[in-house]
Amino acid sequence: MTDNAHPAPRRRLGYLLPIAVFLAVSGFLGVGLLLNPRIIPSALIDKPVPQFDLPPIEGRPPGLRTGDLKGQVQIVNVFASWCGPCRVEHPLLMDLQRRGIAPLHGLNYKDSPANARAFLAETGDPYAKVGADRDGRVGIEWGVYGVPETFVIDAEGRIVYKHVGPLMPYDVKEKLLPAIERAKAR
Amino acid sequence: MIARLAFLLLLAGPALGFTADQRLPDPAQEARAVELSRELRCLVCQNQSIEDSNADLARDLRRIVRERITAGDSDPQILAFMTARYGDWVLLKPPFKLRTVLLWFAPGVLLTLAAFGVWRFYRRGGNRPSEPVAPLSQAERAQLDALLARDGEGR
Repeated sequence: MTDNAHPAPRRRLGYLLPIAVFLAVSGFLGVGLLLNPRIIPSALIDKPVPQFDLPPIEGRPPGLRTGDLKGQVQIVNVFASWCGPCRVEHPLLMDLQRRGIAPLHGLNYKDSPANARAFLAETGDPYAKVGADRDGRVGIEWGVYGVPETFVIDAEGRIVYKHVGPLMPYDVKEKLLPAIERAKAR
Repeated sequence: MIARLAFLLLLAGPALGFTADQRLPDPAQEARAVELSRELRCLVCQNQSIEDSNADLARDLRRIVRERITAGDSDPQILAFMTARYGDWVLLKPPFKLRTVLLWFAPGVLLTLAAFGVWRFYRRGGNRPSEPVAPLSQAERAQLDALLARDGEGR
């Protein structure tokens, strides 16, 4: 009889446990559901820029190499003429270049020189230097998996920020510019 | 008719494998390349391995796998090359480390917990109400009355 004297607290705990487990699991699943599976966290954040030395797009010097990305905070944008979203973000890159926030360089990914030149002639050319990555090997070194991608490089030549997909005004204002400011403040 | 079918089948053969264009001459190395490509996730199409995907990037990565194999890299070295650039995400089988403990053990823990719950439920006799409580004895009744009476005085 004594073991039945105060059954309430233990039993209530027993009933609550499944509910707690259920809530925890749904919590995890809910968060997972809200993540964008297209955004893969970069493995290269805080790592030095990969070793590369790319020729320019034919007829549009200069090219781009690892040594260029040192000494000051700089931006590298991966683009291609065949990439639709690149056209969407292009006016923002032009704007960044006009405001002179940081040198902006291009990585022309898997593109033909003629198409790349035509693209830049048509939409404007915001890039200081552009490396032509015709076979995409340097892109793989950079962990590129979808064009466009935009990287912020600090003065020591380390990748400090990466944006996947087209930049939108919100991304520039709330993510890219703060990342540049943080890199400059270091 | 049969001859024509056989001819068509002959044509269809090479299309079966995406990697037909880049096979390694050494069958053992080629088998390793296919095995590794099955473990690597295609970053563009996400839930396919690079062996199964015909995306451009997947083809480039398959080529790199074969290059590394011919260069004499071991399997772990090749997987490390990929994770250095694309993170653990590129591995279809997540690595076992502190950050992934929950991922690896959660199913087992939840299953054990559920099994324990079911076992306890049936040990108690399922959904049947527990045995009726024995009525109070004479002494207990007297004690209870005394307590209640004392409570009433206090008010």
